[in-house]
Amino acid sequence: MTRQLHAEWTKVRTMAGPGRLLLAIIALTTAVSAAAAATVSCPSAGCEHDATKLGLIGVQAGQAVVAVLAVLTISGEYGTGMIRTTLAAMPRRATVLAAKAAVLAGLTVAAGTVAVLGSVLAGRLILPGNGFTPAHGYPPLSLADGPTLRAAAGSVLYLALIAMLSLGVATAVRDSATAIGVVLGLLYVFSILPLMISDPDWQRLLWRISPMDAGLAIQATTHLSSLPLSPWAGLGVLGAWATGALLGGGLLLRLRDA
Amino acid sequence: MTTGAITPYRSGMKPGRDGFAQLLRAEWTKLRTVRGWLIGMVVAALVTALLGLFSASGSHSSCGGPGDVCPAVPVGPGGEAVDDKFYFVHMPLAGDGGITVRVTSMTGQIRLPDLTPGTRRVVPGVEPWAKAGVMIKAGTRQGTAYAAMMVTGSHGARMQYDFTEDVAGRPGGVSAASPRWLRLTRSGEELTGYESADGTHWTRVGTARLAGLPATVQAGFFVASPGDLTVKQADFGGSIEQIRFAEATAVFDQVGLQGKAPGGTWSHDDIGVTTLPDGSFHHPGGFKESGGAYTVTGVGDIAPYADGQRIESTLSGVPAGLIVVIVVAVMFITAEYGRGLIRTTLLASPRRGRVLAAKAIVIGTATFVAGLAAAGVAVPFGTRILRANGNYVLPVPPLTEVRVVAGIAALLAVAAVLALAFGALFRRSAAAVTTAIAVIVLPHILATASVLPVGVAQWLLRVTPAAGFAIQQSLREHPQVIRNYAPSAGYYPLAPWAGLAVLCAYTALVLGLAVFRLRRRDA
Repeated sequence: MTRQLHAEWTKVRTMAGPGRLLLAIIALTTAVSAAAAATVSCPSAGCEHDATKLGLIGVQAGQAVVAVLAVLTISGEYGTGMIRTTLAAMPRRATVLAAKAAVLAGLTVAAGTVAVLGSVLAGRLILPGNGFTPAHGYPPLSLADGPTLRAAAGSVLYLALIAMLSLGVATAVRDSATAIGVVLGLLYVFSILPLMISDPDWQRLLWRISPMDAGLAIQATTHLSSLPLSPWAGLGVLGAWATGALLGGGLLLRLRDA
Repeated sequence: MTTGAITPYRSGMKPGRDGFAQLLRAEWTKLRTVRGWLIGMVVAALVTALLGLFSASGSHSSCGGPGDVCPAVPVGPGGEAVDDKFYFVHMPLAGDGGITVRVTSMTGQIRLPDLTPGTRRVVPGVEPWAKAGVMIKAGTRQGTAYAAMMVTGSHGARMQYDFTEDVAGRPGGVSAASPRWLRLTRSGEELTGYESADGTHWTRVGTARLAGLPATVQAGFFVASPGDLTVKQADFGGSIEQIRFAEATAVFDQVGLQGKAPGGTWSHDDIGVTTLPDGSFHHPGGFKESGGAYTVTGVGDIAPYADGQRIESTLSGVPAGLIVVIVVAVMFITAEYGRGLIRTTLLASPRRGRVLAAKAIVIGTATFVAGLAAAGVAVPFGTRILRANGNYVLPVPPLTEVRVVAGIAALLAVAAVLALAFGALFRRSAAAVTTAIAVIVLPHILATASVLPVGVAQWLLRVTPAAGFAIQQSLREHPQVIRNYAPSAGYYPLAPWAGLAVLCAYTALVLGLAVFRLRRRDA
């Protein structure tokens, strides 16, 4: 496995694309979080916003870049035919996919940590100016606060799981355009399905199985009892999606011609 | 010595024609013969239609009560659903004539959100659009044609007619120190509203032409007060609207009826009041007379009605279908770069701009047809399912329905061309697909289903290509009716065609850039 890891790391290290995408993850996540923090305000009458979730909203945009990075990790090889060389050199295909997943997870966690820290910092600096003050019941965002730490650490894990989900999907469908379409559809379109239906039972069911809605429950710090799932259970749903996608993709990788 | 001339070789074959029609045919053949793309188009149409039908079948509504029969929503003279609930003191008026009153006071009460659950919190106050004034109406049946000259809670004197029309008069409210005189006259089908501060100097506010007004109409004075609206963030994104009870009470005196009044006495009706199961009225109005002064209390509103499902709620599958369309449209060009076919294409047709134009026309047309089929199924069948599930679907004119269906097909087609342009610009499918989704689909989702404040959501739907979604809005905004005019409630900041024009402008810009780069760069 060490050799496979080394090979995958070399590929990532020597291409221009992944480095730029990692920077894009950080920049987009932080920028969107800061922009949202700057536009949402809490009037003196009080508000019901979840300041932590608001400060981490950039994750919803950054995940799209994570998906691109993950998809290109494998689809790029199919596009250029490199995959045949890879599999000729390392015939144990499951190990190849595992090595790719490990490298990708490491990179995503690294970039995700910087992005999430940047978002929390932006929220800490900007939100008090918009009425999110202790007087309105909003202490400054701080990682010393238990739920906020859970939300921040969970957001990093969320991004890593999005990468795994995307890698699994891309391994299954191979083509980068299709894979990106499937992943972004699964995330964004699935997340608005609960709003399209007025039946409350359906709403809760769809919310519980939607990878983005359920997964982002990890960012919630208020009204936890009204959420259809607890934060960690929600992240578990995304974990199940990611595991399912990786297993399916791995199985297809073993069974099909490259 | 003679030098023999060398004749260069010329092929005997007729030169191939390279007109634009041949180019279109070539591109159509490419689209048609790649099985994945054709399947993609079909999938896009199916996803759009089926998700719409699915969300329609998951939306139930019931009114409770015996038989679960919802009260019928009245329909106005223009065919739109209307609210027509007010307290009306009236008498028949035959032929031409008019009515004049003086309004000396306007008060009311409003129920605010409960502080302690279960305890009603009712405070004195007048809703901004509470109305008191004179009215001439075709009859006392709800939804019949009318014109009214009124003074409002905080929007001054207005002339309103046939539920949707509103003309502003002099601003200012009503008090004992500054009473408002109001007059409405009928001459044939023409009704004219006047107002005055002293009863002698009159200012014309507006004139309404009510086609088909009967010879004998009901003339009188009325009071109505719309409910108090609050909007709250919903747990799953979007918003929850609450409308709570509010009533208004106005005092009228100096009542004068000009013209022939065959009845001669005032009758009073609480138009549109709801009867509770025990036979009593729900929030009734009231009427009291003492010495020529009439005190009238009214609850309700005379306005377009928007509390129901819209036809465009059956188009919830469009974002999903749009993603599939984007993928196919991007691959329509990036696959040529991936396989090197672009070099053959450009060799066969060296005028590069025309190649891209042909591709745009082919993908746009194919998407338009697929979108038309999808929306043409989703809208009529989806509304049928919604009605079968007990939902009230707001009626719209047939032309509006056609605009919504064709407009969504156009939105998908233009978005496909934009995605194609991104593909030509970036040459890489991953970047192009992500960019296209990020600028077309994502802003719409963020604006309609997230925690973003209304102002930001409206700006997103003005300045991004997602503005094109405005084409599906079937209801108009009415400034004289307080509503939650937010994207999450289905109201777009731009008019339908203006929104689509924004998307078209972006598409033209990116397509232009793509042509420019295709000409300048090696393929």
